[in-house]
Amino acid sequence: MSLLLVLGGALLCAAGGVPGLLLRRAETGRRLALAGSLAGSLLGLAGAALAAVTGTVETIQRSWPLPGAAFHVSLDALSALFLAPLFLASAAAAVSGARSFGDEAHPDDAPRTRFFFGLSTGAIALVLVARNLLLFLAAWEVMALAAFFLVTADRESREARDAGRLYLFATHVSTLVLFGFFALFRSASGSTELVPLPAGVAGSDAGTALFVLCLLGFGLKAGLLPLHIWLPPAHAAAPAHVSALMSGVLIKTGIYGIVRFTSLVPDPPASWGDALFLLGAASAVLGVAFALGQHDLKRLLAWHSVENIGIIVLGLGVGLGGRAAGRPEWALLGFAGGLFHVVNHGLFKPLLFLGAGEAAHVAGTRDMDRMGGLARVLPKTALLFVAGAVAISGLPPLNGFASEWLVYLGLFDRARATGADALRAAFGVPALALTGALALACFVKAHGAVFLGNARGEAPQPHGQPASHGEPPAHVGPMALLAAACALLGLLPAVVAPALARAAAVAAPGPVPAKPLAELASLGTVGVAALAVVLLVAAVALLLRRRLAAETTAGPTWDCGYASPTARMQYTASSFARGPVGWFGWALRPRLKGAPVAKLFPASARFESHVLDTVLDRAVVPVFRAGAWLARQGRVLQHGKMQLYLLYVVATLVALLFQV
Amino acid sequence: MIDTLVHLALVLALPPLLTGVIAKTKAAFAGRNGPPLLQGYYDLAKLLRKGSILPAGSTWVFLAGPVAGVAAPLLASLLLPFGGHEAPLSFAGDMILFAYLFALARFFTASAALDTGSAFEGMGAAREVAFSALAEPALFFGFVALARISGSLSLSGMLGSGPGWVTAGAPLVLVAASWAVVLLAENCRIPFDDPNTHLALTMIHEVMVLDHGGPAFGLVLYGAAVKLFVLSALFLRVVFPFNATDPNLDWLAFVAGVLLVAIGIGVVESVMARLKLVKVPQLLVGACLLSAFGMLLLAR
Repeated sequence: MSLLLVLGGALLCAAGGVPGLLLRRAETGRRLALAGSLAGSLLGLAGAALAAVTGTVETIQRSWPLPGAAFHVSLDALSALFLAPLFLASAAAAVSGARSFGDEAHPDDAPRTRFFFGLSTGAIALVLVARNLLLFLAAWEVMALAAFFLVTADRESREARDAGRLYLFATHVSTLVLFGFFALFRSASGSTELVPLPAGVAGSDAGTALFVLCLLGFGLKAGLLPLHIWLPPAHAAAPAHVSALMSGVLIKTGIYGIVRFTSLVPDPPASWGDALFLLGAASAVLGVAFALGQHDLKRLLAWHSVENIGIIVLGLGVGLGGRAAGRPEWALLGFAGGLFHVVNHGLFKPLLFLGAGEAAHVAGTRDMDRMGGLARVLPKTALLFVAGAVAISGLPPLNGFASEWLVYLGLFDRARATGADALRAAFGVPALALTGALALACFVKAHGAVFLGNARGEAPQPHGQPASHGEPPAHVGPMALLAAACALLGLLPAVVAPALARAAAVAAPGPVPAKPLAELASLGTVGVAALAVVLLVAAVALLLRRRLAAETTAGPTWDCGYASPTARMQYTASSFARGPVGWFGWALRPRLKGAPVAKLFPASARFESHVLDTVLDRAVVPVFRAGAWLARQGRVLQHGKMQLYLLYVVATLVALLFQV
Repeated sequence: MIDTLVHLALVLALPPLLTGVIAKTKAAFAGRNGPPLLQGYYDLAKLLRKGSILPAGSTWVFLAGPVAGVAAPLLASLLLPFGGHEAPLSFAGDMILFAYLFALARFFTASAALDTGSAFEGMGAAREVAFSALAEPALFFGFVALARISGSLSLSGMLGSGPGWVTAGAPLVLVAASWAVVLLAENCRIPFDDPNTHLALTMIHEVMVLDHGGPAFGLVLYGAAVKLFVLSALFLRVVFPFNATDPNLDWLAFVAGVLLVAIGIGVVESVMARLKLVKVPQLLVGACLLSAFGMLLLAR
C-alpha cells in the first residue's frame, strides 16, 4: 500500500508538467502542474509516513525485457526517511515557484521548468526506492538531467548557463563513476539487485575500490568537500524554488547512496568509518568558513549545504565506525543523528532558499552588501527566515538542534571510551562546536545584512514593480509550512524517534544495541527543554512588553555623535565576516582589491574582498587547463591533409604486420 | 524540591551581587570607596521604571536580544549543579543544550545590534560572534575531558564529586585554566573587553547595546549578570568538586565560592590591561589548545 502510494505520487508529480508543454494556455498548464505536484506530494508523503510509522517493508518485482534489468522497487524505513522531506519540500517549492518563476516573467521557460521540476521529484523518489542496479542508474540519470534543465531554467542568464555546464560535467563524472561502481558491485555480489555483499569482500581490494568509487560517485552528488565544485554556482544561479529542491533533497540522494551501500556490507572496516568521519569534519568546518566569505546570499546558502552534508557524513562516520568497532549503540546514535539531520536539512534549507529568493527579487540583487532593511518590506518573510536561520544554526528550540544533539551524543559516547578510536571521536566534538558557532556567525550576518538595519543605497526595482508588492499567500504559505515542520520536529523530536531508530537499524544491520534509542538519547527531554525555551522566552517577552507599554518613543540610532549618519555607514556583510575569513585565509584565499585606508583624511578609498572556490580555481581548473594543453599538442597529428592520414593508416598496418 | 527552589532563588536573586563584588574589588585596588555592593539591584530598579526609546526603523528583533539574553542563561542554569547539589534538570547530553542555549542568546543579541543599523553596533556584533566561535571549541574540549574523567554524559555527572583531582589532576588543571579564559571572554571582562570603557571602537559587548535603554537595557544588564553567575558556577565546580556532609553547608560553600570567583575576576581586572583586539583570537586559540592538551593527557 505505502509503496504504491509513493510510486503513484512520484508518477503524478512527474506527469503533472506534461500538459503544460503541449497546451497553448499557460494558465491551464500551470494549474495542472501545480495540482499534479500537490496531489502527488500528498500521496507520496502519506506513503512515506505510513512506511515510517508501521516499519513494514514492501517490495514490487516485475521482470523487464532488458538483460540485467528488472522493475524491482522496495520501500523500507530508510527510504521512507528520505522520501518524506522530498515530497514536503517539493510541494512547498512547487507552490512557491509557480508564482516566483511564473509565466508573466518567463513565458518561454516557465512551462518547461515546471515539467522538469516534477520530473526530477519523481526521479528522486524512484532513485530512493529502486533496488535494481540498472533501474537505479536510469532513475539517477533522469534525475541528474532534469536537474540540469532546472539549473538552466533561465535561458537568458549567462551565469545560469555556465553553472549548468559545470553541473552537467560534475554529474556525468558522477554517473560514470557509478557505472564502474555498480559493475564492480555486480561482480562482487553476483546479483543485479541491491543485495548484501558476501562477508569478506569489504576487507579485500575490491571492497576498497567499491568504497572509493562510492565516495566519489555519491560524494559528487552530495557536494561533499572537495567534490562540491558544482554546487555553489548551481544553487546561486538557479531559480530559488529549484535551489530549494536541489539543496534540500536532491543532493541527499548522494547521502542515500552512501548509506544504502554501507548497509549492504556486513563487515565494514574501521577505516571506512574514519574516512567518512574525516571528510565530514573537513566538509563541515571548511564549508561554513567558505560560506562566511560569500557576498551572494544564495551562494552563501549553497556553501551551507556543503557544511550540513559534512555534519550528516560526520554522523554516518560515527555510525559506521561503531559498526566496525562492534558497538551498536554508537552505530544507532551516529546513523540516527545523521539521518535526522537529512530530514531537518531537507526542511530548513528550502525554507531559507525560498526566503532568500524573495529577498533577492525585491532588492533586485543577490549581493548582501547592497541589501538591508528588508524586514520592513517583507515582515513575514523576515520572521520565517529567522526561523530557518535559528534551525540551521542548530539552536534550540528548533529541529536543527535535535539532530546535531544526536550527532554530538554519538561523538561524546564514543569519545569517553578507551583507545585511539575514542581520541579521534574526541576531536570531532570541538570541530562540530566550531562549525556550529561559525554557522551562527554566518546566519547573524546573512539575516542582519539582508533584513535588518537600513537599505544600503538605492536598490534597483525588480521588473518595474514597486519594492513593497506585498507577501502573497503563495509565497508565505510554503515557507510557513516548512517552518511549522521545523518547529514540530524541534518541540516534539520524540515523534520521529521510532522511525529514526528503524531507519538506523536498516542502515546498520547486525547486532542490536542493548538499550533502545529512547534510553540512549532522550529526545523527549530535548523536546521538553525546547518547549521550556519557548515558554520562558514568551514569559520574559510579556514582562518586557508590560514595562514598555508605559512610554515608548522612536528616536534616531545613536551614532557616536556623528552629525549625519548614512545607511552606507552600516557594517556590511563583508566587514562582519572579516575576522573568521582572515583566520581561514589559508584555505579561503580571499582575493583583495584596493588598499585599506593608510593615512588620515583619505580622499577616497576602495576595498573589495572576494572568496572564490579554492578547490575549483586552484585544483580543478589548472588540471583541466593542463589536460587541454596536452590535447592541443596532439593537434600536430590532426591537420586535415588526407594523404597524410592515409599514410598513418598504411604505417599502422605495416607496424601491425611486423608484429605478427 | 527544596533544593530546586533554593537553586531558582539563587540564580534569580544573586547575579547582580556579583557585579557589585567585582566593582568593590576593583575600587579597593584603586583605593576608592566604590559603588555600594547592591548597586546592580539599584540600577535594575531604576531602569525598569524608565521609559524607552526605540531606534527608528528597528523591528521586533531589537527587543528579542534582551529577552533571549535573560531567558537562555536562566534555563541553562537549571542544567548546572550548584556546588554539591544536583541540577534540577539532568539528562545525558545536557551539556550540549547548556552550551547551545548561550548560543541562542548570542544569535539574538548580535541580531538586535544589527537591527539598529549603527556601524558601531555592527562592529561589536561581528566581534562577539567571531570570538565566541573560538571560545566554543575550548568549552567542548573541556566537556570531552570531563566526560572521559567521569565517564558521564551529563553536567551533574561530570561535575559531581569524585576522585577527579586525585586521578586526573593535570588534565583538570589545564581544563580549569582554559575555562577561566572562556569565563572572562564570554562575559566580556578584561583582558578581552573592558566593561567600564565607553569607547565604542574597543568594545565588544557594551557596544552592541548602545541603543538599548530603559527596561530593555535593564534586561540586558540582568541577562549579562546571570550569564556571569552561571559560568562562574560552572568554573567553580571544576576547580572545587567537593561536597560537604551537610547540604546547608554546601549551599553556603557554593555562594562563598561564587563570590570568590567574582573577587578573582575583580583582581584580574585590577592588575591587567585590556589586550589589543588583534591578540584576542590568539589567547582564545591558546585556551583551546590548553583544553585540547588536557584531553590528550587522558588518552589511554
